[in-house]
Amino acid sequence: MSVYYSKEHEWVRVEGDTATVGITDFAQGQLGDIVFVEVPEAGRQVAQGGDAAVVESVKAASDVYAPVTGEVIEGNAALADTPELVNSDPEGEGWFFKLKLADPGQLDGLMDAAAYKAFCDSL
Amino acid sequence: MSDADQKLPLDAWHRARGARMVSFAGYEMPIQYEGIIAEHRWTRESAGLFDVSHMGQLIIAGRDAEKGLEALLPADLKILRDGRLRYSLLLRDDGGIIDDLMVTRRGEHFYMVVNGATKHGDIEHLRNRLPSGVILDHMKEQALLALQGPKAVGALARHAPGVEQLTFMTGGAFDLAGTGAWISRSGYTGEDGFEISVPAARVAAVADLLAGEPEVKPIGLGARDSLRLEAGLPLYGHDLDTGTTPVEANLAFAISKRRRHEGGYPGADRIGRELDQGAIRLLAGLFVEGRQPVREGARVLDDEGNEVGKVTSGGFSPTLERPIALAYVPAASAAPGATVTIEQRGKIFKGAIAATPFVPHKYVRKSA
Repeated sequence: MSVYYSKEHEWVRVEGDTATVGITDFAQGQLGDIVFVEVPEAGRQVAQGGDAAVVESVKAASDVYAPVTGEVIEGNAALADTPELVNSDPEGEGWFFKLKLADPGQLDGLMDAAAYKAFCDSL
Repeated sequence: MSDADQKLPLDAWHRARGARMVSFAGYEMPIQYEGIIAEHRWTRESAGLFDVSHMGQLIIAGRDAEKGLEALLPADLKILRDGRLRYSLLLRDDGGIIDDLMVTRRGEHFYMVVNGATKHGDIEHLRNRLPSGVILDHMKEQALLALQGPKAVGALARHAPGVEQLTFMTGGAFDLAGTGAWISRSGYTGEDGFEISVPAARVAAVADLLAGEPEVKPIGLGARDSLRLEAGLPLYGHDLDTGTTPVEANLAFAISKRRRHEGGYPGADRIGRELDQGAIRLLAGLFVEGRQPVREGARVLDDEGNEVGKVTSGGFSPTLERPIALAYVPAASAAPGATVTIEQRGKIFKGAIAATPFVPHKYVRKSA
């Protein structure tokens, strides 16, 4: 199992050809209190860099992009009623969606944990 | 954050308390400390300390000050007694709103608090339009704090005895632990509370004193906005601007009785006509179905999908735990309960007109 990070502050956890996607702790901290999350439904095709989900804090709405291309297997249904999971456990219970990886090679363009931390520190 | 942003007198104080600073109204201001929802709830349940030193504090003095101001705003200042505040509006000749403000008769002069983002334009307008001989002083050396919430009175009275005697929309000069302060019982949250004007050189000491009380936490701009929205209070530059009139904005109460009869304020023709016949559109509260908020700029649609209005403020209500908004809608469909269709980024939302305030005001008024 490996975890990858995007410059748009998504994380991707890969097990076999399945990837779980969410937003990072840094991202949830920047957004503040999250009050609504819209995740993609199973069967939807998402493309790397394309819109995949919407997250709304008290103050503002933000788009969440797909860090990799694939077919959505499952959206996190728990976020409909408890969007605050994204604040309390962003890289665990607050996951957004799972997809079947179309091109595992895309993972090479993402960062590992150390590189992502350095990226955040540089912001 | 723009390089041109000014720093508030409490800038270092906010940063030391972990505030996240953002650019607002030409200042670096604290948007939040621990989190907007926690700060919002703390204010509703206890007491929140807000730094609103970006707002413009003005003195208007001189023999013709009352007459001169009445020519620019629709309040009846003649009957405004010493130490009383009025909510009022600077108006354009076409009835559009230049700014909303609080004006207080303070002995021989008027004390006015205007919005931070509009203060320079307001000052220019006042200087251009007030009669010669009327003096306008922009009190740049004064800071302004607000202490809001049910426990504000107890916390403040420990340091400024006597403030508990004030009632809503009255003010007076107090000794706040050795600092001379002008304190009024007023605010922008719908809660009981106070606004406290002190010299900028003393504001850190005063903020330390108040934030040191167990009931009090510092509160950022984010919660200030969600609190005022729940209270149904409009925000200039969003719900009000030069293209909206007081009647459209549901602020007809700001046109005093005598002024309605006599006129003589800017825009009196149009505003008088709207007072008689009603406006075509009205600012109304909205409840939105589901959990997703609609934001400023979302479009209000009629049954055929035509745009008939716009959302001007929208967010998630921490108290009601649902999305709320203010929107201009056709007057014919502005009655509480009427259904509303809203479009935002291609998505259709269902809503209903809500009576405002969304959360009841808790002002401490003079007992009858």
